[in-house]
Amino acid sequence: MTMATDLNILSSNLTEAFADKVVSLEEKLGELTMVVKAADLLGVLTRLRNDAEFSFEELIDVCGIDYSTYGSESSEDGKYLADIERSGPRFAAVYHLLSITHNIRLRLRVFAEDDGMPMLDSAIPVWPSANWYEREAFDLYGIIFVGHPDLRRLLTDYGFVGNPFRKDFPLSGTVEMRYDAAQQRVVYEPVSIEPREITPRSLREENFGRH
Amino acid sequence: MAEIKNYTMNFGPQHPAAHGVLRLVLELDGEVIERADPHIGLLHRATEKLAEHKTYLQSVPYMDRLDYVSMMVNEHAYVMAIEKMAGIQVPLRAQYIRVMFDEITRILNHLLWLGASGIDLGAMTMFFYTFREREDLFDVYEAVSGARMHAAYYRPGGVYRDLPDTMPQYQPNKIRSAADVKRMNENRQGSVLDFLEDFTNRFPGYVDEYETLLTDNRIWKQRTVGIGVVTPERAMAMGFTGPMLRGSGVVWDLRKKQPYEVYDRIDFDIPVGVEGDCYDRYLVRVEEMRQSNRIIKQCIEWLRKNPGPVIADSVKFAPPKREAMKQNMEELIHHFKLFTEGFQVPAGEAYAAVEHPKGEFGIYLVSDGANKPYRMKIRAPGFPHLAGLDEMARGHMIADVVAIIGTQDIVFGEIDR
Repeated sequence: MTMATDLNILSSNLTEAFADKVVSLEEKLGELTMVVKAADLLGVLTRLRNDAEFSFEELIDVCGIDYSTYGSESSEDGKYLADIERSGPRFAAVYHLLSITHNIRLRLRVFAEDDGMPMLDSAIPVWPSANWYEREAFDLYGIIFVGHPDLRRLLTDYGFVGNPFRKDFPLSGTVEMRYDAAQQRVVYEPVSIEPREITPRSLREENFGRH
Repeated sequence: MAEIKNYTMNFGPQHPAAHGVLRLVLELDGEVIERADPHIGLLHRATEKLAEHKTYLQSVPYMDRLDYVSMMVNEHAYVMAIEKMAGIQVPLRAQYIRVMFDEITRILNHLLWLGASGIDLGAMTMFFYTFREREDLFDVYEAVSGARMHAAYYRPGGVYRDLPDTMPQYQPNKIRSAADVKRMNENRQGSVLDFLEDFTNRFPGYVDEYETLLTDNRIWKQRTVGIGVVTPERAMAMGFTGPMLRGSGVVWDLRKKQPYEVYDRIDFDIPVGVEGDCYDRYLVRVEEMRQSNRIIKQCIEWLRKNPGPVIADSVKFAPPKREAMKQNMEELIHHFKLFTEGFQVPAGEAYAAVEHPKGEFGIYLVSDGANKPYRMKIRAPGFPHLAGLDEMARGHMIADVVAIIGTQDIVFGEIDR
């Protein structure tokens, strides 16, 4: 059986199983992406893991995304935030699932409804591997995973302030660190370097340069 | 009666068995691990954020620095994700070259793993043996890319250049006589493929040497048999991939199950463990080295017979030929645009995964149609493995934690990103 027919079967199974919960379901580049509402997340994940026709035994990845500057020309400094009209929520988590039984993958995208306090249900009851992935998304994007037993920062420094992968967080950070000989300790100070963009972002219309 | 309290011990970040910069907070009952809490991020460089601020081509060298012991395989997933989104067709010769270098890289990775975890468990000699062979493979890296580790050799659309016809030679100096140099250069007289073929003929003998030292070694078995046992169900639930999953007896290898490039044309086997302990994972990795050697041999044979282009003939994604660039305005403009503005990738998203020496290495790219990725997520195989350390180490002794870190093949370049 080829990959394409597998995806078609999975696609129709998903439509059948989650008819009222699927916000969108599309196949592109040989990959299937389903979008569900945050309220339905845990129920959908549980069935994707347990139902025999899905059997997604492995949670491959959870990826936080900040959609606030999607499609915008400028990107540095956080200036752009006010520039563009955005429709829809700012933060999303993207789950990559793998079924070893059926040898098939599925991508699941969930938008967090509140931009100021993005909250999603934790997937730890379904896959224990969600633990660190959610801690990472919490650390870098500030997405709060409700029900996570140990939601601490994972990658950033002890005592770090802010969510560094948000689009309004500057690439050069906000503080720099040096050893102060007078105080005989390490001190943090506001960064002294200016953010700069070496190659500007540029967008092209669809099918540009394709002959 | 005295109050009995658990003892909390800090392990690392500066510890020779921490494989880089792992800080482990261990809660101990006597010498038994009650809880292991790895603190990571000491090597966090925000590669994903940096990539959002660089053109697609500028991020290729970042990939080498993720898992810095399997450089080219990281690049592979990244260029595959770009090729998928942009619809670039990779020439067959480039696909064979990539598969060959993926397997060279797998051997490099497993050799480092074998040497390092040997040292961790008291088998000092392994390190010297495995680094002897790594030297030859680094020479192959150097011959094709100019760099011994961070190659930046894979490019969207193919590879940077074709395999050279000569190997770099040793030169006489104060400590090496002309006679020594002549002997050292003996297998370097032909092309890269000749040198590599000579290596593949020698390599199975070397693996036999490693196995003589370890496989039936009483100390090695005492340190690894029955340590860090993972059942297949738990391995899947904890997101394990690669040798960590196969060691538990799950038959899963992307090269066979979701073949990319030319793996479906190549004959090789997938070793699988039974018990799911450190010893089985050792056996799996040793057999993988033998299988990689087989794959390299088949690639050499094909590459000898089939010359051809090694990068896609696509003016928008691949640099034009040097001669054409010097003579034609059009090519000059393409060259200039490609290396300044870069190329735009159509809006959309894609996930490309390869069977990395450590497990599934994937790149998830989101593009809004710009010349830089909107979001790039690196799915590092070591990340869920280290997250599973707590469960694997519970109930073991402190010394076994070292064996478990070793068997997980931890490299912080990819975990911290």
